[in-house]
Amino acid sequence: MINLQDEAQPKGAKIRGNKPVDQLEAANRFIAASAHQKMHDQRLWDLRKKRDAQMHLIPEWEELRDLASEIKNHTLDFLADYLEEFERNATANGVHVHWAKDAQESNQIISDILKQHDAKTLVKSKSMLGEECCLRQHLEQDGVKVIETDLGERIQQLDHEDPSHVVVPAVHKTRTDVSKVFEKTLNAQKGNNDVHYLAEVQRETTRPYILNADAGMTGGNFLVAETGAVVVCTNEGNADLSANTPPLHIVTVGIEKIIPKMEHLAVFIRLLSRSALGSPITQYTSYFRGPRKDGEMHVVLVDNGRSTRLANKTFKPGLKCIRCGACMNTCPVFRRSGGLSYGSVYAGPIGLILSPGYNTHKYRNLPFASTLNGSCTNVCPVKINLHEQIFAWRETLAKDNELSLSKRVIMKTLGQLFASPRMYRTAIQTGDRALKYLPHFMVYNRLNSWGRQRDIPSTPKETFHSWYAKNYQKKEKRDE
Amino acid sequence: MSSRDFILNKIRQACVSEPTSPPTVPFFHTSSDRIVEKFQKSLEMMGGDILPKGEKDPYEFVKTKLASAKIICPVVPEIVGNCPLTEYTTPASLQNVDYGVIRASFGVAETGSICLTDQNLLINTLGYLPQHLIILLDPTQIVENLHDAYARPEWKQVHYAALHSGPSATADIEGVLIRGAQGVRSLSVFFD
Repeated sequence: MINLQDEAQPKGAKIRGNKPVDQLEAANRFIAASAHQKMHDQRLWDLRKKRDAQMHLIPEWEELRDLASEIKNHTLDFLADYLEEFERNATANGVHVHWAKDAQESNQIISDILKQHDAKTLVKSKSMLGEECCLRQHLEQDGVKVIETDLGERIQQLDHEDPSHVVVPAVHKTRTDVSKVFEKTLNAQKGNNDVHYLAEVQRETTRPYILNADAGMTGGNFLVAETGAVVVCTNEGNADLSANTPPLHIVTVGIEKIIPKMEHLAVFIRLLSRSALGSPITQYTSYFRGPRKDGEMHVVLVDNGRSTRLANKTFKPGLKCIRCGACMNTCPVFRRSGGLSYGSVYAGPIGLILSPGYNTHKYRNLPFASTLNGSCTNVCPVKINLHEQIFAWRETLAKDNELSLSKRVIMKTLGQLFASPRMYRTAIQTGDRALKYLPHFMVYNRLNSWGRQRDIPSTPKETFHSWYAKNYQKKEKRDE
Repeated sequence: MSSRDFILNKIRQACVSEPTSPPTVPFFHTSSDRIVEKFQKSLEMMGGDILPKGEKDPYEFVKTKLASAKIICPVVPEIVGNCPLTEYTTPASLQNVDYGVIRASFGVAETGSICLTDQNLLINTLGYLPQHLIILLDPTQIVENLHDAYARPEWKQVHYAALHSGPSATADIEGVLIRGAQGVRSLSVFFD
């Protein structure tokens, strides 16, 4: 195997406008970069193991998951009331609250706020909603310089790549990959791939931007209706720096992030980082309830498809997601194919159920990037029925005529085969006999996508049906 | 129709449920024995440390730690510094501070967190821009877990507060843990 630090980083899925993303093609390239693939798998599995260790330390873990799920279900049922309560309380604290129907409106609201303050530079802490709305690209077109302050997100920004994971955006990169990016963009020492050095380069080069920025932006992990507060969880302290250093703080947050009361916040904070990174809590759990002295605070509440999903009983539970990434860390497909192979903002199991909701045609292949093993559902801290929804998407896609040609042909043929017991039995017998004698190249070729990653199981000497027919059906006849 | 009304109407059409109350959350108390010890263990796990009490002068070890620092910014009367905060101090100007010394509102044993509010910090960036922090904490103000923490009155009184659990950290490159990401490089707690 090639040395990890010598291997070139595999790039993500090729995006061709609205054409369906070929996740399989990108995944195959990631798997071919065997050292990267192995590191990625080990790194994420390590997070999964840390999560398990934390779970076993909390006797009430399952009770907390039940509570979290119930709180989210309840909140989604009364979402409008809680959003109004949040707005009332936040406004009373001096926060400006804005509402955005979609990504475009959200971007425009943020552009307008920045223009009113003549703000030309924005320091930003990572927010998946920002990625969802392509906010950075929008602001850059407006002439605003946007600097990501989270280390992983900054690496991805400088490398012109999207985050590959909701919590660890550059998890698919090695230290050498990062060193190369920093050498090109931050004037870092050539060939110095010491992780401490690289993190220090980022700290030192980002700090001046934070100190001189006109505005700061954060996402929000939770909104508390009772107090009108935005809660943000980070490890690097970048959200607190982005929000507290410049005079203007803008929060962009999805409407589903709201919870009723402070007592509920405790449940989610106890679950979030334990599920995400296997740590008891993030280094900073920050609470913004109003602007600071001489400062200004804006909260943009973004819908962007959420209220439509709310009306769909099958896919509504996806709105409970708290973006911990536990489903990705446990998913065998995600761990082996890399987050960028999905070609969508949200990757892994949660991405499979969210992405087709944004663009069914473009992301129609994603619900098939799963083994349906249910591991994602087992670790989800808010008990989203992920694997059931992945399956439901497959049904929906079939109904909407969104299956690829090859899937349609296979499904149709198999459907006919399964519908006729006689044809099925003949096919099985012929197939089994043929497999025994066919040369290797005829079984393992491009037409057999199953055989690309696996061995075809050896065939039994006899099917159950023929064995039954031989031993019992004759006997039954004799007995009659 | 405004976007606000459009969104709220759409949500109300999607949700037609009988009114219910949100679930109430128990406190999950186990034992308040050795709560200070538990806090210390959790804090150390998160990368923070505890400064011991001196024999003659309780602040002896705090002062030793500060001895070689050039710019010290304390917002507590117990410690003397050389960078007083005034009404003209800007948030960004605290970037040259080596040590901030702040009193925390309370601590959380479960996670080793300390709560710093805008009233403790005076200028919020004091919690992040200095290279190091020393936190004074009254050990009787340590609560057992996060349920207790969020039942505290501070959350309804301040505009800003944060639970700090050790210094800033990142593991974004190959999972290698680094203390001192964007915020402070070290955080030490002193019980007084």
